[in-house]
Amino acid sequence: MERLMMRGGAWLVTALVLLLAAAASADWAFSVHMAIACLAALIAAFASVKGFDFIGQRYPALSAQAASTYDDDLIRLGVIATVFWGLAGFLAGLYIALQLAFPALNLNLEYTTFGRLRPLHTSAVIFAFGGNALIATSFYVVQRTCRARLAFPGLARFVFWGYQLFIVLAATGYLLGISQGKEYAEPEWYVDLWLTIVWVAYLAVFVGTIIKRKEPHIYVANWFYLAFILTVAMLHVVNNISLPASMVGSQSYTVFAGVQGALVQWWYGHNAVGFFLTAGFLAMMYYFVPKQAERPVYSYRLSIIHFWSLIFLYIWAGPHHLHYTALPDWAQTLGMVFSVMLWMPSWGGMINGLMTLNGAWDKIRTDPIIRMFVMSLAFYGMSTFEGPMLSIKAVNSLSHYTDWTIGHVHSGALGWNGMVTFGCLYFLAPRLWGRQRLYSLRMVNWHFWLASAGIVFYASAMWVSGIMQGLMWREYGADGYLVYSFVETVDAMFPMYLIRAFGGLLYLAGALVMTVNIWKTIAGSPLREELPMTETPHNPEADRPAVAVPAE
Amino acid sequence: MAFRIIEHGKLERNVALLGLFALVTVAIGGLVQITPLFWIDSTIEKVEGMRPYTPLEQAGRNIYVREGCYVCHSQMVRPFRDEVERYGPYSLAAESMYDHPFQWGSKRTGPDLARVGGRYSDEWHREHLKDPRAVVPESIMPPYAFLADRDLDVGDMSKQLAALSNVGVPYSKEAITEANADLVAQADPNADSAGLKKRYAKVQVRDFDGNPTRLTEMDALVAYLQMLGTLVDHKKAAAQQVPNAEVAK
Amino acid sequence: MNYDTARHFADSWGLLFTVILFLGLVGWTFRKGASRHHEDAANMIFGDDDNG
Repeated sequence: MERLMMRGGAWLVTALVLLLAAAASADWAFSVHMAIACLAALIAAFASVKGFDFIGQRYPALSAQAASTYDDDLIRLGVIATVFWGLAGFLAGLYIALQLAFPALNLNLEYTTFGRLRPLHTSAVIFAFGGNALIATSFYVVQRTCRARLAFPGLARFVFWGYQLFIVLAATGYLLGISQGKEYAEPEWYVDLWLTIVWVAYLAVFVGTIIKRKEPHIYVANWFYLAFILTVAMLHVVNNISLPASMVGSQSYTVFAGVQGALVQWWYGHNAVGFFLTAGFLAMMYYFVPKQAERPVYSYRLSIIHFWSLIFLYIWAGPHHLHYTALPDWAQTLGMVFSVMLWMPSWGGMINGLMTLNGAWDKIRTDPIIRMFVMSLAFYGMSTFEGPMLSIKAVNSLSHYTDWTIGHVHSGALGWNGMVTFGCLYFLAPRLWGRQRLYSLRMVNWHFWLASAGIVFYASAMWVSGIMQGLMWREYGADGYLVYSFVETVDAMFPMYLIRAFGGLLYLAGALVMTVNIWKTIAGSPLREELPMTETPHNPEADRPAVAVPAE
Repeated sequence: MAFRIIEHGKLERNVALLGLFALVTVAIGGLVQITPLFWIDSTIEKVEGMRPYTPLEQAGRNIYVREGCYVCHSQMVRPFRDEVERYGPYSLAAESMYDHPFQWGSKRTGPDLARVGGRYSDEWHREHLKDPRAVVPESIMPPYAFLADRDLDVGDMSKQLAALSNVGVPYSKEAITEANADLVAQADPNADSAGLKKRYAKVQVRDFDGNPTRLTEMDALVAYLQMLGTLVDHKKAAAQQVPNAEVAK
Repeated sequence: MNYDTARHFADSWGLLFTVILFLGLVGWTFRKGASRHHEDAANMIFGDDDNG
């Protein structure tokens, strides 16, 4: 009891300090942030005294339905948070896609301009949706593969809620115009510091659980999670080293300038893709795909080679974001060569995932969750081929600065990260809430097709608009002058922007179907009455060996 | 010891060792690529004319960063014929050596801005920022009319310059103490700007937002846009490559 | 140290080091007696089906 009071007291003192910071602030946006943080500290003080599971007591749907050996409360919250932030991020994406087609949607307000909403979208999908999926699944996987409950349960709750606070601070900051102007690392210095604290706690919980494991071996998924946590810590800390202009103001200046700043930023930026969106999600793949397929991973040996070669090569690829810039040529070439080499471990991992289905390929027909996983691996393969190709300097001279890059990112993010996350959510929901199975498998199938069609519309529109704009920029007429003014190339992209927004709409619609499905599963609604997915009527006419028909 | 680690697959059973090896593996690439940029002299070729931003330009730059202009505009002209003809001489590393943070960008939803300074009149910039489609009907840029209605509030500009100086921008002591005066003087043609002009070569002093009674965010942003790419004399900086014949000697 | 010495080092010892490291890693993965161990590891996720 005394310890609880101590903890509550510490949070109250923190709240007081934050309140003072809000009052002494140099700019009003900083005051708003300190007020939000103060509120969060008060809630934390309340939660410390009341006990951590007061949410679970109030809303029984969020706590265990079936008794479990493991500490799953946070993972249930994580599943809900992932769905919620996913919807928010996809909606923001659809909105800014429409802004590019119809600029009136900027609404003539400073808070809703494309420049402020775009970081909101990227951070919401990568860090809020992806990050929550990673934290929730890593806590799930590490407990089960170690046969141990989470180490430091109080700290684990701090990680989850602290991370949500980071998301809220980052998102409100973008709308208020707080940005340090580095892509995918926009939050200002104090938010960065907060995330560092949360991340160290995350590492402690994860490693602590591995240390108290009852299995001799550390399963390979945990290697990927560990590399993801460690590397993101390294990238985040180095890229965000900055000096605040005032200790009670939001403005700071990064220590890196110009060309060094550019390389540090893209070392960070590309490996946010490499370790946040690849290593972490590969960890999900290495646990959930074998579990859903009920077969061990195709080659454990390959997974070890995959691990070491992927983490070694990925970190070098950053300079391919800076081809033909003022970055020294040797660094550009290194970036290109390592990006091309990266193709091999990427495809090794894809093959390892896909071949896990060897002998169970029929499940693609009967199990929509497996179908989701297979599609995600197919997109992983496609975007990890496209990436090395775009990193070749000659290709990059055309594709850089165009929508081709945007299309590439989305085939990876929507196809690989999105689909594998959806598969994991569908895997987790019935198990975490002790249901017989998902509310509806047909709805998973609907989600699958809506999302797949959405990605196709999205990616093909961006290919066309990117290549078209790249070619128009460099088009010379017979008279030896440039043919197109810049704004003519903008005008030409309008139809592509409409198609892209339509693709995004389909993807969002799929996510809405998923939300209903998971909601009903959590609520324990009776299973939806529907034809089983396995129903394929036998057709005796068609049931005969294929015979080659000679051409006429 | 090493033999035992290999023989028993210790690495796969010891999380500290696994973490250490993973960290070493991921550190190599960054160390090899990034650290040489700080000590190889040829990374940033010296060029004449580069100077730190004036207080007003830096304030405008902070607005540029705040509004996320970099998500749609690059500031990096690549050495291609079409880009040089469209935007001007290709960008040199030295031209962003005082940029904290760099704003090279990664996407051209709008055109490159590395050399936009002096290309359009102040009035054009004002009208374009307030309502882009009034000037360029096909534009998809968001409107920024609120900049003209808001006083430029930077707090104490000396603190901002001091912070920049601490991360390596060579502001003199005088430049830091006079920062608040310099900020106001640059947008006021009637003010005493002798000190400002002495400290910052090629500084443009005038009322940028067309509203002489107020110092607004529009003043700062237009002042920043109008100086982009104007500092370096590219005719002097052009011949950087040492001819091969000379290297052979 | 200037660019040329750094480049020379990377092209010789640096390259040799990474190649040996890579071959060593692959060899270590394929070492004798590892197969059974790998098989156990790959199947361990199915050991406890009561808790998902």
